Amino acid sequence: MLPFISFEWVWDMGHLVFHGGLWYALNIIGLAMTYCVLKTIYDTYKGKGAQHH
Amino acid sequence: MDSALIPNGVKRCSMGKFLLWNSIIGLVLLWGVFALLLCWIKGLNQTNMNNAYGFALWIWADLAVIALGGGAFFTGFLRYIVGKEELKNIINYAVLIGFICYSAAQLILGIDIGQPLRGWFIFWHANIHSMLTEVAFCLSCYFIVLCIEYIPLILENRQTDKVPFFHNLTHNMHEVMAIFAATGAFLSFFHQGSLGGVSGVLFGRPFGFREHIFGTIWPYTFFLFTWSAAACGPCFTILVTKITEKIAGKKLVKDNVIDLLAKISGWMILTYIIAKTADTLYWAFVTAPSTGFILAKFYTENPGSVYGYWILFLEIVICGFVPALFLIVKKWRRTPVLLWTAIILAVIGVSLNRWVLVLQVLAVPVMPFTDWNIYFPSWQEIATTILPVAYGILLIMISYRYLPIFPQEAELNPIEPEPEPEQEAKPEGKAEEIKTKAGEPELKPAEA
Repeated sequence: MLPFISFEWVWDMGHLVFHGGLWYALNIIGLAMTYCVLKTIYDTYKGKGAQHH
Repeated sequence: MDSALIPNGVKRCSMGKFLLWNSIIGLVLLWGVFALLLCWIKGLNQTNMNNAYGFALWIWADLAVIALGGGAFFTGFLRYIVGKEELKNIINYAVLIGFICYSAAQLILGIDIGQPLRGWFIFWHANIHSMLTEVAFCLSCYFIVLCIEYIPLILENRQTDKVPFFHNLTHNMHEVMAIFAATGAFLSFFHQGSLGGVSGVLFGRPFGFREHIFGTIWPYTFFLFTWSAAACGPCFTILVTKITEKIAGKKLVKDNVIDLLAKISGWMILTYIIAKTADTLYWAFVTAPSTGFILAKFYTENPGSVYGYWILFLEIVICGFVPALFLIVKKWRRTPVLLWTAIILAVIGVSLNRWVLVLQVLAVPVMPFTDWNIYFPSWQEIATTILPVAYGILLIMISYRYLPIFPQEAELNPIEPEPEPEQEAKPEGKAEEIKTKAGEPELKPAEA
């Protein structure tokens, strides 16, 4: 459920805490994975790990 | 045949033996899949659930595997947040066990909701007053975390690790693993707790209802569930490790690692069981009487004494204080028989606790004119509950064979050099014959 999009959304503490917690966790996971993938692309482009084997 | 995929420096059984065991377990898995399809195609009339038992065997199995899979978040917390370096030698396996437990829980929920295609409703049409919504949110998020923690393990396979991108990705994911571990601990705290909170908020069912902290928000069962999962989850990790060692016929993790995890688990179980005892006493002498029930009403006059006082004694004393003491006292912890006993009792204890707070809650009559509700699962429910066990065994077998799960395995089990062909008791010229047939002899894992 998203604010502005879902008709069921209500601006109250329950919705903010529940969904805020969900998006908070999803954002941390998403940002950390994005960082990993971008850094990996950069590292691979720079030739890192190619000499590993 | 698959020696190029097997981790360096370790030995595995022959491909034939591996496939044979996969097939046997696969048959059990297929039986479960058949029952699953029956439930999906024909509906929940395939189960013995009824108006009294909206929660039944599946929900117990769900709660039990989630508690047992708690070893992943707690070991990760100890390794990455507290900094217990020794646990790096068992964290891979804890993650794998956690991954199996949580994917099994999702699978069971997928059957239990009856219409899995509408599973996303709980996210989009969320009921923010329900503890189970919070469970669904945290469970799904934590499963994503477990997948992320499992990916580097897959990429560390000998062949995938040769690809620079995968090698770098594994390295980078390891670098930020503390973030995932902390997120996992945060999510686990809440979903483990909310599962306990479900029975604790049922004021219409005095057997499950508990007093709350912070007004009406969190019943004590919330904290007891999280605590028990953190306490007994590592015991399940140790138990599965020990079983794997027995089956593989070799040591896979050093004693100091097991010893540390067992000691921490012991103290966690002791503190948990003291809190559980206090909670039970307060509930028995204050909370339940205030709702018009005496303790004996919950434990007597039920058919066959299925829910007698014995269940309380078994959960708190035999599967609570006993394993706690066995794991805390160094001499007992280091005695293999007592260690085995303690971890098995702890695993039974937490599973029994989930059984009581799911099924006994529903069995106890709440009106003077109602009787005990009796339930026995249908074969479809049993088969679909065994299904994730078979799936878990298969995934462990495949992961153990191809992934470097146990970092200490090669050191603990150095491979002896292959005997010279002349010394082997083979018919003359056989080695030569093999060489000629295959062009060159097949590469043994040790040589690889």
